[in-house]
Amino acid sequence: MSNRKLISGNKAVAEGVRLSEVNVVSAYPITPQTSIVEYISEYVANGILHAQFVQAESEFGAMSVCIGASSVGARVFTATCSQGLALMHELNYVAAGLRLPIVMAVTNRQLSQPFGMWCDHSDAMGERDSGWLQIYVESCQEALDTVIQAFKIAENKEVLLPIMVCLDGFVLSHTSEVVDVPELQTVKEFLPPYKPDPSYHTLIDVNAPMAAGGGCPPAYTMEFDYKKFEAQEKAKEVIKKVDEEFASLFGRRYGLVEAYRCEDAEIILAAMGTMVSTAKEVVDRLREDKGWPVGVLKIRSYRPFPKNEVLKAASKAKVLAVVNRAISYGIGTPLFSDIAASMCNASQKPILLNFVAGMGGRDVTPKNIMTIFEKAKKTTETGVVESEIEWIGLNRALLGD
Amino acid sequence: MESVMVSGHRACPGCGSILALRHALNTLGKNTIVHIATGCMQVSIVGGGGFPGGEFPLVIPTLHTAFETSGAVIAGMDAGLKALGKREGITLVAIAGDGGTADIGLQTLSGAVERGHDFIYICYDNEAYMNTGNQRSGTTMLFAATTTTPVGKVKRGEIHLSVKLKKDMPTIMAAHGVPYVATASVAYPTDLVKKIKKAAEIYGPRYIHIHTPCPYGWGFPESKTIEVARFAVQTGCWVLYEIENGKLNVTLKVAERKPVKEYLALQRRFRHLTDAEISQIQKLVDKKWKELGLP
Repeated sequence: MSNRKLISGNKAVAEGVRLSEVNVVSAYPITPQTSIVEYISEYVANGILHAQFVQAESEFGAMSVCIGASSVGARVFTATCSQGLALMHELNYVAAGLRLPIVMAVTNRQLSQPFGMWCDHSDAMGERDSGWLQIYVESCQEALDTVIQAFKIAENKEVLLPIMVCLDGFVLSHTSEVVDVPELQTVKEFLPPYKPDPSYHTLIDVNAPMAAGGGCPPAYTMEFDYKKFEAQEKAKEVIKKVDEEFASLFGRRYGLVEAYRCEDAEIILAAMGTMVSTAKEVVDRLREDKGWPVGVLKIRSYRPFPKNEVLKAASKAKVLAVVNRAISYGIGTPLFSDIAASMCNASQKPILLNFVAGMGGRDVTPKNIMTIFEKAKKTTETGVVESEIEWIGLNRALLGD
Repeated sequence: MESVMVSGHRACPGCGSILALRHALNTLGKNTIVHIATGCMQVSIVGGGGFPGGEFPLVIPTLHTAFETSGAVIAGMDAGLKALGKREGITLVAIAGDGGTADIGLQTLSGAVERGHDFIYICYDNEAYMNTGNQRSGTTMLFAATTTTPVGKVKRGEIHLSVKLKKDMPTIMAAHGVPYVATASVAYPTDLVKKIKKAAEIYGPRYIHIHTPCPYGWGFPESKTIEVARFAVQTGCWVLYEIENGKLNVTLKVAERKPVKEYLALQRRFRHLTDAEISQIQKLVDKKWKELGLP
C-alpha cells in the first residue's frame, strides 16, 4: 500500500523523517533548507510526528542539540546547507567522533563569498573528511527513500556514524515530482525504533553511567581514527544490504553507484546529484541519434567512496569524464581526485578528464553535457588530454582578462 | 549526602573550581547528568580518563563535546529524554568556565535559556582562560594582568569599558527571565549548597555563577584560595545574591565592607595598580552596591 503524491524534494525529505519516527529534530532556518523544517514543525504541531522540535539559535547550536539528544538515545534529524553546514563544522567532527547516528539533510548550496543561495556541492565537500557518510540523491523519490535508509545505515552496529543525505539546493529541494510515499507500518517493519546498546553506543544514561568525550592522549587517538575509517569501509556493505532489504519491501533500489548504460560504453560521464538525470537523457539521445557508446556513472555514496564499483563500471571505458559541482582550489576538483585515487593502481583504466560545472547555481544544461561528451569523444580519438581542467559554461567575457 | 565526586580529579592544588563543583554535584546526587564544556574542569574531570594514572572522579554520566556547546548539548539531552519519556527524576547540569559561558558559549547558553529548557547551568568563574594559561576573558576584572593583558610600557593590564568591574553574566541571565539566578562563592559553601538545593527544586533554566579563585592565574599561594574568595565577598567585589522569578535577594549582607585594596593586595595580578586605579575599582564596587540597594 502506498500513496503517489506530487511533492517537492524538501517535502519528500520531511516525509522520510516522519516515516522514520524521529524523536528529536533540531535545526536553524537557511535557504533552501527551510521548508524541510517547516513541514516537520507542522507534523509535530499536528501530532502527526511525536517528536521534540528545537529551533536552535544557530546551526552550531542545532548540531549541539542533536549531539545531546542522540547521546541520551534519541533518533535525531537535522537539515542545513552552505554557511549553516560550515558553522556546524566543528561539531560535525564531534558527532562522528562520538559515533552518534544522526541523520542530516543537506540542500547543497554554494558558500560565500560571493553571496548566493544557489546550488553547488562546495558545502558538503567541506565536510567530506569529517567521518560523516554522504549520499547524493537524484530525485525526490530517492530523497525520501534515502532518509529512511540513512537511519538504518547510521544505526547499524558496524557503522555508527552520522550521515548526510545531500540533495541539490533548489534544483531538487524545490522541484516537485510524483513520489510514492510508503505506508508507515511498512517503514516500521524496515526501520524499528532506535535502541542504543551502551556496550557499543555512546549512551548517557543515569542507570549505566558513562563518561564520553574524554581526553585522549597520542597513545590512543590513532586507534579511534582507525575504527572510524574501518566503519566507513564496512558501511559499503551495510549500504548495499540496507538497499536490498529496502528493495524487497518497496521495490526500489539505488546502490552505492548507478552505472547507466555503461556495459559497452567507451565514454562514461561520472557525476553526483541532479546532473545525473540530465546526463542520462543526453546519453539516451546520443546513443539513439549518433550511436555513440556513452554511459553515466552516478556516484551515490560519496563517503564511503565506492572505489571497487567505480573501477568495475568504468575500467574498460576509453575515457571517464568527471563532472564536479565543487572545486578543490590549488589542485582541481574533489570527485576527480577521489576517482583518480580509486584507479591509480589499476592495470586497466580509462583516461580521466576533469570538468567543473554548475557552480553557484549555474544551470547544467543538456547542451553542457553534450559539450563534455564531445570533448571526451575527441580524446578517445586522439588520446590527448587537451586541458587539465575544463570549466563548462564559464563566461570568459566576464573575466576581464 | 552521597558523594558523586570521588577521588581522581586532575585539578591543580588549591583549585577553587573543583571544590565548588564537588559541593554542587554532591548536593545534586546520583540522578544527575553532566555536560561539561572544554576548559579547566573538563580537563580535570573527563580529561584524565584516558591518561595513564588518570581516573574519572564522577560516578554520574558525563559528556564533553566542545567549548561553546554546553547550553545547546544540555538542551538536546532535555529534548531527547522528554521525547523518550525518560525525563522524570533526572537533573541535567551544564558546567562551563567563564570563557565557555560569557564569551564563546554565550550564544548557545542564551538560546537554551530563552527556549526554557529544563537544566541547571553552573559557571565556575576563575576570571580568565586558565586552562590555556591565563588569558583574559569577558569576566576578567578591570586592570587585572593576564598573559594577553600584560603590564607593559604602554598598556597596563585589562582595560575594558570601565563602567563595570567585569561582564555581568548573572544580570544577563536574569534579563532572559529565567526562574532562578544565583551567585555563589567557593568560600561560602553553605550558601552555595543552599542555592543548589533550591535550584534543584525549580523547573526550567537555572543559572548559578560561582566565584572560584585560581592560585596560578591570580598569583596567590595554593593555601589561600578560600581566603581570597572570602575577601572578594567581604570587600564587595563579589556579591552573593539570588534572583528568584525576578526578585532580588542578597543572601549575604556584609556588615562592614572592607576596602577593595585588601582583596587586590592578596593577588599578583593586581600588584601594578596605582592608587588611582584602586580607587576606580572602589568606586565601581560602591556603585554596584548602591544599585543593589546595599550600604
